[in-house]
Amino acid sequence: MGEKIATREAYGKALAAMAAKDEKLVCFEADLAGATMTKFFQAACPERFFDMGIAEGDMVGVAAGMATCGFKPFVNSFAMFSAGRAWEQVRNSVCYPGLNVKVVGSHGGLSVGEDGATHQCIEDFAIMRVIPGMTVLCPCDGYEMEKAVEALLDYEGPAYMRLGRLAVETVTDEIPGYKFEIGKGITLRDGNDVTIIATGMNVQMALKAAEILKEEGIDARIVDMHTIKPLDTELVLKCAKETGAIVTTEEANVIGGLGAAVSEFLCENYPVPVVKHGVNDEFGRSGKAPAVLEAYGITAEEIAKKAKEAIAKKA
Amino acid sequence: MDNKKLALEAAKARLLAVTMVHDAASGHPGGSLSCLDALTYLYFEEMNVDVKNPHWEDRDRFVMSKGHCSPAVYPVLALRGFFPTEDLKMFRRIDGHMSGHVEMKYNPGVDMSTGSLGQGISTAVGMALAGKVAKKDYRVYSILGDGEVAEGQVWEAMMAANKYQLDNLCALVDVNGLQIDGKTSDVMPTEPLDKKFEAFGWHVVKCDGHDFDSLRAAYAEAKATKGQPTMILAKTVKGKGVSFMENNAGWHGKAPNDEQFAQATEELEKVIKELEG
Repeated sequence: MGEKIATREAYGKALAAMAAKDEKLVCFEADLAGATMTKFFQAACPERFFDMGIAEGDMVGVAAGMATCGFKPFVNSFAMFSAGRAWEQVRNSVCYPGLNVKVVGSHGGLSVGEDGATHQCIEDFAIMRVIPGMTVLCPCDGYEMEKAVEALLDYEGPAYMRLGRLAVETVTDEIPGYKFEIGKGITLRDGNDVTIIATGMNVQMALKAAEILKEEGIDARIVDMHTIKPLDTELVLKCAKETGAIVTTEEANVIGGLGAAVSEFLCENYPVPVVKHGVNDEFGRSGKAPAVLEAYGITAEEIAKKAKEAIAKKA
Repeated sequence: MDNKKLALEAAKARLLAVTMVHDAASGHPGGSLSCLDALTYLYFEEMNVDVKNPHWEDRDRFVMSKGHCSPAVYPVLALRGFFPTEDLKMFRRIDGHMSGHVEMKYNPGVDMSTGSLGQGISTAVGMALAGKVAKKDYRVYSILGDGEVAEGQVWEAMMAANKYQLDNLCALVDVNGLQIDGKTSDVMPTEPLDKKFEAFGWHVVKCDGHDFDSLRAAYAEAKATKGQPTMILAKTVKGKGVSFMENNAGWHGKAPNDEQFAQATEELEKVIKELEG
C-alpha cells in the first residue's frame, strides 16, 4: 500500500515477466518502447519483440496474422494511436474475425500533460467499447495491472487495455480476498449514501473524494471498475439498489465511456440518478499533468461535488 | 497439373463466380475474373494445403487482400474440395454463411477475413513472420488489387516484410488497370509499380496473369528468391472470360441481369466443353 508506480511501468514489467512463461506471447511496438515500457519485454525476449516503426495500422494487421497462427500478440502504442489511428484495423482485422490480439493503449487521458491534445486520448473507451465482442480494461494501479496482464494472457479473444503515464498510488494490494477477474468490479470502500464507480487513476481520486465526503457526514461507496466492457451489471445494479445514486468518474470524455455504459444499463434496468464525471466533451491542452487535470476538473474535490449532486437528485 | 487442366478449373471457377453474383444480384465479378487464373494456379498447383484439415498448422496460407473478390475465392476453394459447390448458393444471403467479402469463420479453407482494403497484406506479413518465429517452412501468398495499392497501409506492410526479410511471402498485384471510378491511372496513378516495390526492398517479377506458364515461372522465381519477399506484377484483363465484362470498370461491383447471365454462361460453358474435349 502506498507505493507509487505508473500502470505503464507495471505493465511493461509484468509483460516481460510473462515472456518466459508463455512462448506464444509476442510483443509489437510502434517506436515508443521507452514510453509504453515494452522496453522491458524487448530486453527480456528480443526474439519475440517486433518494432514495426511508426505504422500502427500495419502493426495491428501483422499481429492479427500472427494470431491466426496461434501466437498471442500484444500490440502497443499510445492510446491515441493504437485505439485511435488503428481503429479500423482493430475493428476489421482483429475483432470481426475474433482474433486473440491484445491492443494496449498507453498514455491514456489528459495526464499525458505537456504533449497536449493531439496525444491526450479521451475517446478510447468509447471507440473500443462500441466494437462488437471487444473487452475494455483500465486497471487503476500497479498491482492491479500485474493481475490484469496475467488475466489477459489467459483470455482468448480481442481486448483493449488502457495504461496511464503518471505514477499512481497502489491501493489494491492489501484488499482482503482481492481477485482480478475480467468483468468483475471491486468494491474498495463500503457506503450507503452514494456509489462512486471509478476506473483507472480516478479510483484513487474517488477514494480521496470519499474522505472529503466523510467529513461532511456523507458515506460514499467506492467501486473500482477495471473492466468497462463487459460491464459488471450485477454489481452496478446492487449499488443502485443499495445507495440510490451513482457517480461515474473517468479520465475520458463523458460521452461514450464508463459513465455511458453505466447509464445505459441503469436507464433500462433500474433508473436512479447518475452523474457522469470526466472530460466534458472538449480537447485537452498542454501543461504539467496535475495542472491539466486541475484545469479540466479531474480532481477528488470535483468528484465529491458530483456525489452531492447525485444525492440531491434522489427522489 | 498441366495447363489444360488448370484452364479447365479456372473456367469452371469463372462460371461459378458469375453464377453466384447473378444469383445474389450483387457482388464483384470484374476483379474476381481477372485474378482467377492466378488463384487457380495457387490452389491447384502451388500451395500445400489439406482439404480434410483446413487448419493444419504447417499449411501454406493465402490472404485475398482485395477481399471483395470473394467470387474468386469461394469457387476455387469449393472446386479444390474444401466445401461443396452447393454452398456457393449461400453467397450474400441472410440465411447463408457466405459473406459478401471473404470470411474465415464459417468458410473452411479461408485463412483470413478481408474486405477493408490494405489490411489483408499486413495480416499476410504477420503469417509469414509467424512462420519465421516458429521456424516452420510454410509459405504465405496474397493477392492485391492495383487500385488497392493506393492504401498507405500496403506500403507500411511492404516496409515490414522487407525489415524481416520475409522470403516465405509472395504477393501478387492483379494489374487490371481499372477500379470502381475508372482507370487506375486516372483515379490515382500508382505506376511505376515495379520501381516502387523494388525501392521497398521486394524482389519484383512481371508476368501474364492469364498464362499458366508465365504464372508458373513467376511463382518458381519467388520460391527461389532468398532473403527478401517477392511481388508478382500480373498483367490481367478485368472481367476476363466474359466478353462484355472485359476491360469495363462498370463490372467492378455489378451483377449481370438474366439475359447477360445467359450470355456469360454460354460463353463459359463453351470454353469448359472445349477444355474437357
